[in-house]
Amino acid sequence: MLRVERLSMRFGGLLAVDGLSFDVRRGDITALIGPNGAGKTTVFNCITGFYKPTTGRIAMSAEGLADPDAIDALTRSSSRERNGIHLLERMPDHEIARHARVARTFQNIRLFAGMSALENLIVAQHRPLMRASIFSLAGLVGAPSFRAAENAAKQKAGDWLARINLLDRADDPAGALPYGDQRRLEIARAMCADPVLLCLDEPAAGLNPRESADLTALLRMIRDEFGVSLLLIEHDMSVVMEISDHIVVLDYGRKIADGTPAEIRADPSVIAAYLGVPDEEVDAVVQEALS
Amino acid sequence: MAETPVAEHRPASAALAEAARVGLIAGALAFPVLALRAEPDFSNRLVLQPRWSWMLGAAVAGFAGRLLLSLLPPRRPKTAQAAQAKRASRRAAQAFAAFGLGLIFIWPLLVLLALGPGGALKWIDNYGVQILIYVMLGWGLNIVVGLAGLLDLGYVAFYAVGAYSYALLATNYGASFWICLPVAGCLAAFWGVLLGFPVLRLRGDYLAIVTLAFGEIIRIVLINFSALTNGDAGIASIPRATFFGLPFVPGPKGFDAFFGLPFSPIHRVVFLYYLILALALVTNLATLRLRRLPIGRAWEALREDEIACRSLGIDTTKTKLTAFALGAMFGGFAGAFFAARQGFVSPSSFNFTESATILAIVVLGGRGSQIGVAAAAIAIVGGSELLRELDFLKHVFGEDFDPTQYRMLLVGLAMVMMMNWRPRGFVSTREPSIFLGARKQIGGDFVKEGRG
Ligand SMILES: Nc1ncnc2c1ncn2[C@@H]1O[C@H](COP(=O)(O)OP(=O)(O)O)[C@@H](O)[C@H]1O
Ligand SMILES: [Mg+2]
Repeated sequence: MLRVERLSMRFGGLLAVDGLSFDVRRGDITALIGPNGAGKTTVFNCITGFYKPTTGRIAMSAEGLADPDAIDALTRSSSRERNGIHLLERMPDHEIARHARVARTFQNIRLFAGMSALENLIVAQHRPLMRASIFSLAGLVGAPSFRAAENAAKQKAGDWLARINLLDRADDPAGALPYGDQRRLEIARAMCADPVLLCLDEPAAGLNPRESADLTALLRMIRDEFGVSLLLIEHDMSVVMEISDHIVVLDYGRKIADGTPAEIRADPSVIAAYLGVPDEEVDAVVQEALS
Repeated sequence: MAETPVAEHRPASAALAEAARVGLIAGALAFPVLALRAEPDFSNRLVLQPRWSWMLGAAVAGFAGRLLLSLLPPRRPKTAQAAQAKRASRRAAQAFAAFGLGLIFIWPLLVLLALGPGGALKWIDNYGVQILIYVMLGWGLNIVVGLAGLLDLGYVAFYAVGAYSYALLATNYGASFWICLPVAGCLAAFWGVLLGFPVLRLRGDYLAIVTLAFGEIIRIVLINFSALTNGDAGIASIPRATFFGLPFVPGPKGFDAFFGLPFSPIHRVVFLYYLILALALVTNLATLRLRRLPIGRAWEALREDEIACRSLGIDTTKTKLTAFALGAMFGGFAGAFFAARQGFVSPSSFNFTESATILAIVVLGGRGSQIGVAAAAIAIVGGSELLRELDFLKHVFGEDFDPTQYRMLLVGLAMVMMMNWRPRGFVSTREPSIFLGARKQIGGDFVKEGRG
């Protein structure tokens, strides 16, 4: 559903992402891994419109991978969207969230700390509520249609709070929740924005093994029950290997491997990138192991 | 065996040293302010008269005050009892708010009964109408600063736009107050959007500086565009607000004759009082309502984290512009009222001090809190007016003591102390806009102040 092609992002003299191409298939859990500073967060920022890529193309289609000819035709035109295909590099961040329906979480949690957990989830439903409030006019007079929309939003938020086991803390400030709960609340908030693709930046960072297991279950549930595709950055290899269908490995902004968990686990260049040894030595080790 | 808290009991020598330090600072601060007094001599030249005893008094007061503070028992840590006390104090605050609102409603009648029409005029006009104008301005700015977290130092510009809109429309076209009021609000909102556009990408300090400049630009345009605004001289004899067409004038066509009352200027002032009260309450109700709508929640979310807002598909540009426009609109209403009350507007009414006062009201009250802002407006505007009444101090300091000279000094001192005591203002807690269970307040430590 997402096709990233020859994506590059330059910061001054630093090429943080260098000609990266990969696909995210619909219904998959795709992991983007790599050592610190490899450029993973930068890729997320390009996909979600927070950075404008230096070069490259990012095509998003809710219906699954788009026909390459259709993407090319759209690229030649000056528009951003045609037949359900969005060119994300042409869109501002909030429109990507709204029209291309890509939601995300952040490496350093960005909840609305002074608002309650419930409010966080209601703010995420801004679009449908705004439409129901008709320029705030229906809301100001308390029209029944707006009331109904607000109740539906509250219902949805309550449902998500129940799913992440935070129903009893619904009215507490998000900033007062324990770290693990904040991570899950941020994911629930992104889900309340009704995405088709959810991008998670290191969701398991700082979690204990128990919380990691809960998280894995939550991500599976999101995929299976809501049919939302997932793209996640993660350092915890046990999480990555357990839930991913497809892994893309990044090092110094370049893709060094791309495949199933089993393929990645056996890939010598990945081992090298993670252990920081030259390829020849890894080859030697692998040869030794095989013989 | 319970351990005695060592850190909390400081030796007397340390307390003495600290008190001496504070005393020295107080004395040093008092030197330029109190010890040096400039008096005109016979040939009208200023001569310095030292008043060393005053300086000594300040130093001693500082020393004694600090020492007293050290002797007080240290603050107890929070316990369950403290939480209960907090709930009780919240109930007390609600009762106080209800009482305050009731008092505000009957205030003119109360002073009329107590002082008669002659004495009541000042108390309704200077204390009532004047304070309520600032309450309304504070509430208007609260949308921009308190809810959306956008630091606006040029709010007075919209007050000016509203005032001049009414002044020009009423003097040139004879339009009535009730037609001009919405027009003034719309024009101010329009200027709010105009200001909003260039500053959308600015944050924090930069936003503050540009809005400050905007306020000054509007004032300077009012001074220099004399063909329209009559420059520094201002616009005089603006038609006063009428009681739905009935002017407050003596004679058969006036309000008093219509209702068969003897003519009295107090009727107009009482009418103005209830008019600004109604306008302020409309501002308050609209803000409270908006806070519970998606747009209001988006403002607060914007204050908390702009990047997260954008990741959720919220158009932060539009969100900021609506905050600027609505805040400006209420400022415009207040401005139109101001012009109709004074009958005269000039650029000198709209200088930076006004913006600073309104911002101080919002910050002192507690950003985002409607009741806090109202209390701060009463404290700052009412307090600085009250300080004019300090004639009794002459009995303490002698006949040649002029209390009004120390008015602003005392206001400043009170504000410094207040901000030390409650850095986040009178009301630092925030009530969520929607609940699943019981109503709970959110502590001020979690609520962000916004970075522009
Ligand atoms: N806004 C920025 N300006 C300059 N350099 C940046 C910026 N964002 C990221 N970088 C640099 O790009 C590189 C990749 O960073 P990042 O994408 O955060 O890595 P990762 O998420 O894989 O750890 C790093 O060297 C980082 O310093
Ligand atoms: Mg990162």
